[in-house]
Amino acid sequence: MTTIEHEVLDLNNPAPELPPSSSLTARGVSAWFGDHKVLERVDLDMPAGEVTALIGPSGCGKSTFLRILNRMHELVPSATLSGTIALDGDDIYRGDIPVTEMRRRIGMVFQKPNPFPAMTVSENVIAGLKLSGVKATKSDRRDLVESCLQRAGLWNEVKNRLGAAGGALSGGQQQRLCIARALAVKPSVLLMDEPCSALDPTSTRRIEETIAEIAHEVTIVIVTHNMQQAHRVSNTAAFFLAGEGEPGHIVESGDTETLFTNPADSRTLDYVNGRFG
Amino acid sequence: MTDLSTPDIATTNIEMKVVPDLIETEQRIGLRSIDSTAVFAVVGAAFGAMAFVWLLFTQFTAAGTNIGMFIVWYLVFISMIWVIGREQYDPVRARDLVARVVFWSAGLIIVVPMIAIATYTIAKGVTALTPNFFFQDQSRVGPLSPARVGGASQAIVGTLEQVAIAAIISVPLGILVAIYLNEVGGRLARVVRTIVDAMSAIPSIVAGLFIFASFILAFGGQLSGLAAGLALAVLMLPTVTRTTEVVLRLVPGGLREAGLALGATEWSTTRHVVLPTARSGIVTAVILGVARVIGETAPLLLTTLGAVSMNWSPFEGKQSALPLYVYRLFQLPQEVAIQRAWTGALVLLILVFVLFVTARIIGGRGPGHISRFRRARLAREGLA
Repeated sequence: MTTIEHEVLDLNNPAPELPPSSSLTARGVSAWFGDHKVLERVDLDMPAGEVTALIGPSGCGKSTFLRILNRMHELVPSATLSGTIALDGDDIYRGDIPVTEMRRRIGMVFQKPNPFPAMTVSENVIAGLKLSGVKATKSDRRDLVESCLQRAGLWNEVKNRLGAAGGALSGGQQQRLCIARALAVKPSVLLMDEPCSALDPTSTRRIEETIAEIAHEVTIVIVTHNMQQAHRVSNTAAFFLAGEGEPGHIVESGDTETLFTNPADSRTLDYVNGRFG
Repeated sequence: MTDLSTPDIATTNIEMKVVPDLIETEQRIGLRSIDSTAVFAVVGAAFGAMAFVWLLFTQFTAAGTNIGMFIVWYLVFISMIWVIGREQYDPVRARDLVARVVFWSAGLIIVVPMIAIATYTIAKGVTALTPNFFFQDQSRVGPLSPARVGGASQAIVGTLEQVAIAAIISVPLGILVAIYLNEVGGRLARVVRTIVDAMSAIPSIVAGLFIFASFILAFGGQLSGLAAGLALAVLMLPTVTRTTEVVLRLVPGGLREAGLALGATEWSTTRHVVLPTARSGIVTAVILGVARVIGETAPLLLTTLGAVSMNWSPFEGKQSALPLYVYRLFQLPQEVAIQRAWTGALVLLILVFVLFVTARIIGGRGPGHISRFRRARLAREGLA
């Protein structure tokens, strides 16, 4: 399943051939904001073509870890880190691949839906091409818009409103538009930072359906505060915890079903059953 | 009772025929009705205060009518509202009523001089406002010519060209500096921001002197529209920069992150995400910049001096400008000259108004507004 070779955005052949999904491996990852250590030696395997859920109480470093995975962590001026993150064996911080290329391969969906307000629905979907200066023919762009909106489960709702502004959609639709936008640059990994926390239950269900549909073609890493959601959507899960005044670390990780029903650590059992956090 | 929110047309019609007043029994609650007590309190206080002040100034003392009377009237008026409010309601609501009246009057005080200036200028200037005011210059105007002879075309052209030169220089530069301050940042940015702030405090005559000393004396440029445009650019730059910086800061950080997460470079994100989102705000920045300089007279006195005949070229020879035209003619003793100066002032107002309305129409809509032109282009590509 995992290959070292990556398919770089091939626009002559847009919809049908999808790039193979990739595995992500974190080894000994620590992170700091200034002198404040927020993450302590995290080891985690995120297998290709599977959904990995990161769970844990607020402030335990899940989101920081997620942002380290596609090099968004370094956007904070005081942020530093150590350890290695490998995408199919290539170190994403020390390798030769430029950061922009790396972020194209490891896409991200944010907590708050953030479609570009100055762009229409269709322009939002193909924004990745425009932003990275990729030229594409009209028909390629049209196909890409349709296929990505289909995969994000939004096509039927917006096919007659492609010329509307991105901000004119409802919150749930905006988040699915953001998923479509992330998929349009054909990432092999998609990171999701609490994608449903601002959404109503119906929209949440639609997004979970989307995750289930795209999981076989894109590796997904999702941060969520919703235990049921983590249980429903993921194959693998990791439980993060930060002690009082200590950096966050992984208490336990592995198969989701095991983690939720028969965890090795009592703190995991307490957390997944809602006894704290 | 019929539920009007989900009307079943058939039954509604039948019921309307059988018992028509069943529909009309729905009484809406007046949510926006006026609190008549408060209105009476305000109107009563206004008249009461007026009567009191009249007695005080004309009957009890010999102060007579003057501006002080208005100030005393306002203070008495507010105090009376306070007292009535306390009697009618309670101290908290009385304070609310007083605050409401104070803010209302602040709004009125701002509006009144604006309308007064505009109507006074229109009234004074409109008599000599003929088509030839826009198409003729002053070269054939003698001291005894009537007001309808000649015009201010040389001044209109001069102002437009000089402000255009200033805008061509300071709008791109101001936007670039604002992008530097907000998107790039760093320690040097604080220094640059302080300098830009200091620049906005430069008196306009000093800007004129600076261009006179550098462009004209040191580099051998001539008194011209270009020199005037340069001086105006010095004044316009800080306004455009600081306003653009503020509107760029209003663009949510999440949009920048979204752009970068798609694999875009920082410049590409700024170019395709941040600037289009802030477009209407940047238009406002340009409008404020133009407004800052279009009425400036002092820097023009040192850089282009003014002219009575048409000079189309801003690069050679002295040029006129509307503020200069107004300034020069007001100094002349003839009644007609004063008349022409008023008309010049009116044309300046009209010019500003037309420029602002045009700018708002072209670029002033919010980021979510997709223009008809753009929608048509997207439709041709099958994307809308």
